Parts: sequence; structure tokens; C-alpha cells
Amino acid sequence: MKGGTARIDARFAKLRAEGRAGLVTYVMSGDPDLATSASILAGLPAAGADVIELGMAFTDPMADGPSIQVAGLRALKAGISLKGTLAMARRFRQNDQETPVILMGYYNPIHAFGVEPFLAAAGEAGVDGLIIVDLPPEEDDELCLPALRAGLSFIRLATPTTDDGRLPAVLANTSGFVYYVSYTGITGAGSADAEAVGAAVARIRRHSDLPVAVGFGIRTPARAAAIAAAADAVVVGTAFTDAVRDSLDDDGRAGPGTVEAVLALVRSLADGVRGAARGSAS
Amino acid sequence: MQKPNSYRSGPDEAGRFGAYGGRFAAETLMPLILDLERAYRAAQADPGFQSEFEDYLQHYAGRPSPLYFAERLTAHFGGAKIYFKRDELNHTGSHKINNCLGQILLARRMGKTRIIAETGAGQHGVAAATVSALFGLPCVVYMGEVDVERQQPNVFRMKLLGSEVVPVGSGSRTLKDALNEALRDWVTNVEDTFYIIGTVAGPHPYPELVRDFQSVIGREAREQIIQAEGRLPDTLVACIGGGSNAMGLFHPFLDDEGIEIYGVEAAGHGIDTGQHAASITGGRPGVLHGNKTYLLQDDDGQITEAHSISAGLDYPGIGPEHAWLSDMGRVNYVSATDAEALAAFQLCSRLEGIIPALEPAHALAHVAKIAPYLPTEHIIVMNMCGRGDKDIFTVAKALGIEI
Repeated sequence: MKGGTARIDARFAKLRAEGRAGLVTYVMSGDPDLATSASILAGLPAAGADVIELGMAFTDPMADGPSIQVAGLRALKAGISLKGTLAMARRFRQNDQETPVILMGYYNPIHAFGVEPFLAAAGEAGVDGLIIVDLPPEEDDELCLPALRAGLSFIRLATPTTDDGRLPAVLANTSGFVYYVSYTGITGAGSADAEAVGAAVARIRRHSDLPVAVGFGIRTPARAAAIAAAADAVVVGTAFTDAVRDSLDDDGRAGPGTVEAVLALVRSLADGVRGAARGSAS
Repeated sequence: MQKPNSYRSGPDEAGRFGAYGGRFAAETLMPLILDLERAYRAAQADPGFQSEFEDYLQHYAGRPSPLYFAERLTAHFGGAKIYFKRDELNHTGSHKINNCLGQILLARRMGKTRIIAETGAGQHGVAAATVSALFGLPCVVYMGEVDVERQQPNVFRMKLLGSEVVPVGSGSRTLKDALNEALRDWVTNVEDTFYIIGTVAGPHPYPELVRDFQSVIGREAREQIIQAEGRLPDTLVACIGGGSNAMGLFHPFLDDEGIEIYGVEAAGHGIDTGQHAASITGGRPGVLHGNKTYLLQDDDGQITEAHSISAGLDYPGIGPEHAWLSDMGRVNYVSATDAEALAAFQLCSRLEGIIPALEPAHALAHVAKIAPYLPTEHIIVMNMCGRGDKDIFTVAKALGIEI
């Protein structure tokens, strides 16, 4: 199977064929340590993750709440680097050719790595797309356009503040799917009304044929089911970094139950998503 | 790199100064940032806005600030004539009030009803709290826990002014983390909140508008030195954290190519120790807090912690226009250590009866390095951008004195 945008498109085509929404799981690469993180990653597809977002740790994650901030710092302390995250993706890809892997984070570590060397290494590692929080369409020359040329998807965030006037610019160079941030705020803070989410998804669909994944503030199977009824996919992140945090021993190290704590949560959220009544899904 | 026709024409439409600047912001903030730019353009075109701003600068902040001939320091160094631009005499004790008055007038035009700000030394926080009190708007100031500890007088001052001070415990617990937290607040409260950024950094148009509001410093200095000496100065010196006082002094002089300009970064314990805040001298280009600029970072692009005895300079980045001016070779970026700044702090207090803030003490430390070797007709203008009352506890501790 071809990687990059093709792998993401194939996954959403499969979800459509199955008549259900997908579960997108965000986990922080290297959290709480490299070995545990690799085990979590390897277990995600069987637990029900349809798409994986692999967080690239950064010291100054401006759009993230405390849980993901601290997860990133745990990963950095454990020795993760962008190079390490790429190695993590490569190992995952050796055993799974079908689950899309999207790297998510901030631009500076990629800038420091070098854009072209990074894109080459990401493609070689089997990474399919990028979500870079601090690269709006105004800065597409930096990474978005080079990534598209390299065959990787550049997945854009659309937010409640992205009005109809701005949506076309936001969607212009987007591929794979659109990530709708369901409330204005940092990760893990609030929770959006399912009805408002439905209206927002409909608004995006008027501008784009791409699948719409909805995230921010979804942490329970019931919420996941409610959002799954309105969207093509549901994104969950903070609930997993919380699960990692809660599983650590007194010295902050992974406990015997860390991997299972995360995967059990993935299973229950996947059940919620798969059990959702589908309404107007495309 | 090709020399531009003017050093004063930036930024371009994308908010770039050469390769630096830009709008590296989360999508939630982008519509607000574009709104701010539109509002600023409208304000620039409105003579009413400019006259309102100037009225507050004069009657509330106390401008123009004097240009003072520091005769005893000049005699002490035995070389160039040293002038201080006395921005420490402004209301609230630093140059920060200039920018805060400009931004809050803009916030009012935009109908915003809540103010947020970040602060390091507390000078910007105090100025933001002051203008918020003046216009009756609620204000939340984010401040790193380390800075809360070392700048207690300013914390209390902000509270007296009716602001809420939120200590930030994430990351290195200093200015950069306060900025992160302010951005997180802004992303959450997009409808009603105006973010008063304290320096010439952040996403476009902040570097431009903060520079414009601070340029009153250089415009006054130009007129004043011509009145005092009948000519322009030979050298300008200012300290640089984010770089707003420096940009305010430098900008009106950038196209006078005979003038040598020095921006003085904080070298902390010394550049070679790694414990410093000198982004240009000891960093490399990257992206943080909405703009591309020189940053202190490791090989993986993780931001490293800055160190300076001066909380106001303790920041791992620098305004993008400074990054460009450095690459163009128009401004010389040098550095002064904690120890050099402490020595200058004491010297200035004893010889001139002016207790400088630790920030401009870095600028004075550089003046001390060059003035003795320059001819007596050489004129240096240094920006005395803040007063040192807030720093007496830090200085006492550094000198091993209990007060």
C-alpha cells in the first residue's frame, strides 16, 4: 500500500464502507518512556484506533493544556527527540501497513531538524501526515507546500473562530482530513455541545469533500459516541495523557499497568464510536 | 545580503523583516490577529487616534522624557560624552507605559473588555495594570513563579492597581512561560480579550505596532540631542531582552548610517557558560511565540532556559526586527554579564544619583566598555529605560547584603 495521503484516504474509504466513524488517538511519543511508549503505539490498532496522531514533544506547547504539556516534558526527560519520534514511527510501520500515522506538534523542532531532511526522514519512516499547530495557511511556504510535494498530508485545524470567509484559505492546501477543534481553548479544557459540533461539521462540508475529524474535550465513550454521530472521526488526546499520568508510580515511572490503562481506554472509546448511531455521515 | 533602500520600511505584508517575523499562530488566534492588524491600520490612518495617544503620553505618562547629560559618568570614563534618555522618569518607571497606552487605546477602539498581559521584571505588567485601571478594564497578568519571587514589589503594585497576577509554574517559570500562558488564555477567551504584548515580538502585527508606539523615544531623542549639541549622536546604546526599548530608540535613527548602534544582550554568567539570555550572540533562528527569530535552543529545537540577573532580559528570544538588523549588520549586538551590569548599577547610583534598573545597567556596562576609548567630542545616547527601585532586593542579595 502507498503511504502518505493515499494511506489516509484508504483508511477513510474503509470507514465509509463500514458505515461508521473513526477513532483518532493522540499519544505523546516517548511518554512516559521510550519502551512503554512504543508498546502503547504498537497496541493502538488492535485496541480500536483507526488513525494515530503521534505527538512530537516540545518545551513550549502554546495551545496545549497542562496534561499534554506535562506529557511532553516527561517524554523529553525520558530522552525523546524528533529523531527518536521518527524512529518510533518507523518501528510501528514495520508491523502495520494500514493505520495512518500523523505527527502532531509545533514547528520549531522541525525547523531545527531542517524541513527537507525532515520530510525525507518522515516519508521513509512511514509517516503519512502532519498537524503543526503554529503553521496557519499564512505560513504555507514554510512546511505545508514542501510536505505536499513530498506526498505527505498537511492536516489543518479549523476552529469556531474560522469563519466562512477564512475557511477556503484554511482548506486550500489541506489533504487527508480536516481537524475541527470543537471549542476555543487549549487541549483538555472544555467540552463542546454536540449540536454545535454538528452545525460546524455541516459548515465545513459545504466547503470541502474531505472527512472531518472532531477533537478537543472528548474523553468518555458517551461523548465519543455523540460526536461520532455527527463527524467522520473523533479525536481523543488528553484522556490518554491523563491515563498515562495516573498509571505512574511514585517516582514518575511507568507502572505495570501503564500500557493496558491506555489501551483499555482506547477500547472503550472505540466501542463508543462504533456503537454510534450515524446520521448524516458522508 | 542586499542592502535595502531604507532600514525603516519593514515589515512586509506577511509581517516579515527579511526572513524573520511572520504569523506563526494557532488557527483559533489567526482571525483575531488579522482583526488586530485591520484595526491598527485604521487607527494609523485616524488623526484622532494619534492625537489621543499623544495626549495621554504627555499628560499621563509625563512625556517627553528628558535627555540628560551624565557629566560625572562622562568625566569618570574620560572619553565620549554620555547622554541618558530618561525613560525611567515616565509614569510607572519605565518605557513600558508608552506601548501600553497605545495598545489599550487600540483595545478600546476594538470594543474589547478584558486585558491580559505577560511580564518578566514586572515593569510591563505594572504598565498594563496601570492603563487597565485608567480605563476601568479588568486585567490578568501572567508572571513566572521565579519572577514573582524576585520582583515582589511589582507584584504588589499590580495588585494595588486592581489586576490579578497569575503565577505560572510551567516550564522554566519565567517570562517565556508567562507568554505561553497568556497565549493559552487568549486562545480560550477570544471574543472579549485584548492581549497587550510587552515587547517587539509575537505574531505580526505586534512587533510593528509595539515598535511604532515605542518610537516616540527615538523621535524625542533626535530633537533633544540636536537642541543640546546641534547635531545627531555618534552612538546609540540600549539593552535588549525582547528589545522594545531598544527598537523605540533605534528606529528613528536607522537610516542615519553614520550612527553606530549597539543592542546589549544579557550574558548572564557568561556566554561560554551556557547560562545567559543572549539570543543573537548565543542562539540561532527558530520559531516561538508567533514569530521566527533568533532563539536559545538545543539541537532538537527545544527551547533552552535563559539566565540573567535581570528578570526583564531573561527571555530566550528577541524581536524579529532585531534579528534582521543583526543579519544586515546595521545594529551591533553585544552582551554584558550579570557582574558587569551589577558594577554599572552601583557606579551609576553613586556618580549620577540615578538608580538604574538592572536592564539598562547592561546598556551602561557596554557604555563603560567603549566610552573611555572614544574622543571627548563623541556623543553617546543611552536609553535609561527603567528605574531600579524594583531591583534593590535582587542587587542586595547579589552583593551579600541583608536588608
